[in-house]
Amino acid sequence: MAYSFPEEVLEYVFAFLSSDKDRNAVSLVCKSWYEIERWCRRRIFIGNCYAVSPQIVIRRFPEVSAVKIKGKPHFADFNLVPEGWGAYLYPWISAMARSYPWLEEIKLKRMVVTDESLELISKSFKNFKVLVLSSCEGFTTDGLASIAANCRNLRELDLKESEVEDLSGHWLSHFPDNFTSLVSLNMSCLGSEVSFSALERLVSRCPNLKTLRLNRAVPIEKLPSLLRRAPQLVEFGTGAYSAEIRTDIFSNLVEAFSGCKHLKSLSGFWDVVPAYLPAMYNVCSRITSLNLSYATVQSPDLVELISQCPNLKCLWVLDYIEDAGLKALSSYCKDLQELRVFPSDPYGAEPNVSLTEQGLVTVSAGCPKLQSVLYFCRQMSNAALIAIARNRPNLIRFRLCIIEPQAPDYLTLEPLDTGFGAIVEHCKQLRRLSLSGLLTDRVFEYIGTHAKKLEMLSIAFAGDSDLGLHYVLSGCESLRKLEIRDCPFGDKALLANAAKLETMRSLWMSSCSVSYGACKLLGQKMPRLNVEVIDERGPPDSRPETCPVEKLYVYRTVAGPRVDKPDFVWTMDEDAALRLS
Amino acid sequence: MEKGVAYDNDMNLKATELRLGLPGTDESQKECSSFVKSNKRSSEEMDSSCNEEECAPAPKALVVGWPPVRSYRKNVLQQQQKKSDSDVSGMYVKVSMDGAPYLRKIDIKVYKNYPDLLIALENMFKCSMGVYSEREGYNGSEYAPTYEDKDGDWMLVGDVPWDMFVTSCKRLRIMKGSEAKGLGCQ
Repeated sequence: MAYSFPEEVLEYVFAFLSSDKDRNAVSLVCKSWYEIERWCRRRIFIGNCYAVSPQIVIRRFPEVSAVKIKGKPHFADFNLVPEGWGAYLYPWISAMARSYPWLEEIKLKRMVVTDESLELISKSFKNFKVLVLSSCEGFTTDGLASIAANCRNLRELDLKESEVEDLSGHWLSHFPDNFTSLVSLNMSCLGSEVSFSALERLVSRCPNLKTLRLNRAVPIEKLPSLLRRAPQLVEFGTGAYSAEIRTDIFSNLVEAFSGCKHLKSLSGFWDVVPAYLPAMYNVCSRITSLNLSYATVQSPDLVELISQCPNLKCLWVLDYIEDAGLKALSSYCKDLQELRVFPSDPYGAEPNVSLTEQGLVTVSAGCPKLQSVLYFCRQMSNAALIAIARNRPNLIRFRLCIIEPQAPDYLTLEPLDTGFGAIVEHCKQLRRLSLSGLLTDRVFEYIGTHAKKLEMLSIAFAGDSDLGLHYVLSGCESLRKLEIRDCPFGDKALLANAAKLETMRSLWMSSCSVSYGACKLLGQKMPRLNVEVIDERGPPDSRPETCPVEKLYVYRTVAGPRVDKPDFVWTMDEDAALRLS
Repeated sequence: MEKGVAYDNDMNLKATELRLGLPGTDESQKECSSFVKSNKRSSEEMDSSCNEEECAPAPKALVVGWPPVRSYRKNVLQQQQKKSDSDVSGMYVKVSMDGAPYLRKIDIKVYKNYPDLLIALENMFKCSMGVYSEREGYNGSEYAPTYEDKDGDWMLVGDVPWDMFVTSCKRLRIMKGSEAKGLGCQ
């Protein structure tokens, strides 16, 4: 069949497709579109590093300039994935070093990155520009030194919440004197002090620097010097925001902040001395994003600051803000889209602050654009959840953590089924939901019935029986990631919905009631899934088949069983099932 | 399938009981039931927060990874809580007195000088500390005021200028005169 358009034209058209979904759809049209598309795809997103192998990726997409890879399951953030589980970056880098010499961007989440990998990155990709390491671990500041020293065209180095072994602050001094391309630097997760003069010089010679997030070790008195050298900054993270109260420090800070006419985002704020918060008031009217989640500042001081930020879109804060502060937020910040309230004392037996469900209800009523919520609190009621749902049907992300597991509606002592049911019923665009509190199978019935756009669901200490899991797996059409801990879900629902698992990225179940026998059966039935049992008690076949496994991680893959498993991970595949039965 | 949670007359405290087992499992399954393996990292964090004197009621970090707060956040909060006593404006410090059954807290920013502070302490604890002298300390008094400074050292109250004392004092301890003798004398 003759085509109306030559390849070059199709390629040109495909270049306008940035979403992977669109590109994937295009590549399914016919073989020649598949071919054209694969040669011109430049950006790859791998949501699960074990779903595909570096070789398969490289074979299909020969000319890639940007890679984003995610490794460990989300619950690794809360220590549920044992050390040494996997998600090693090195095999990816060594393969890409050979095949993608012009790779420019590497963005990683929850991967194990070694200094060796970082050094290989710094030496293999001549035009390397962007390195984002989100919640990664396994490297030291020596690895950062390699990146600084060798990546001549580096634009972005973002260490977002990674666990870095901090040998010294010397790495920063490895940026050469003629290095001027830096646009974004986030070193907030590092502990040790970098050479301040090296930092000053770096900031001075990089005219395009837009994002600078310092670490705690940079004292407040030194901030003006940096701000004066980078008045074009858009995003700024302070270090420890405290000093003895001195008028000269204060006025320097005021002046320096005033010079930054483009600042939109502020973060940092460790060890805040409230008297220094007003130094920022001059820039607050332009601020759209504020991360105060380390600031142990009381509500009145927080309210004073927030009242200066009418354009605030995103606020991360500790529960010191209390209901009163959230009320103020809801009246001053009508543009608010995202709110995250973290617990200041998560392990305390008694509440240490006056933050209840009321705060969230008030914000949901007063902020019409609110779409993303993460809220830690100690009490909740169905009435409050219903009010929130009615107020904010435009919610996209709703993550509620009631600190006490299985806490009921504190007013009626009933389960919170109807409350969360209202959330999924009213918020038709909901993509992400985290549940907590006392919940029966009923809430899952509501979720399965209504949450048709839900992509990620997190469940803990909830449900009564397999029926709960069955409702979710059979009803949630858009579900991609399901993570469950400490729920009485077992074999029946899992096996009955085995096919569903191939339509999802992954399923995590820990401390549930899934038996070893069922895992074997699942692995046998579904060859395109990796069914992995994680059990630190020793081989699962040393226990009865009916014995529940500690943890189960199931994900679709075209790469076959993992070849880099630690000794506490077992893949349930056909061979294993035959061998062990 | 399994029994629903009963909500008749009583509050069914068992449903909200925090325990390591699965909700709904009974004891007979204990042998095989998956248990929450205590993760070394989280129990270390828990232990360190238990070393504070005022630990009752005990922190509830009994379940791994719950509440779902990331380690770096937990660490920062713990560090800041230890500092917060002395850094928050309105400088409340704990005051202990040898032999007293419980501690008190006072806001040292409220006082303008050492005599004011000493009078307040004497009233609060019904003790006498006498007058400070550079050479003799509080020698001869029944009690002597001491404080822990930023470096963790125990110092005699009165040696440094008042302003410096206020910013460096982390907590106070009213020592028995006999013990304090060592601090005051050469």
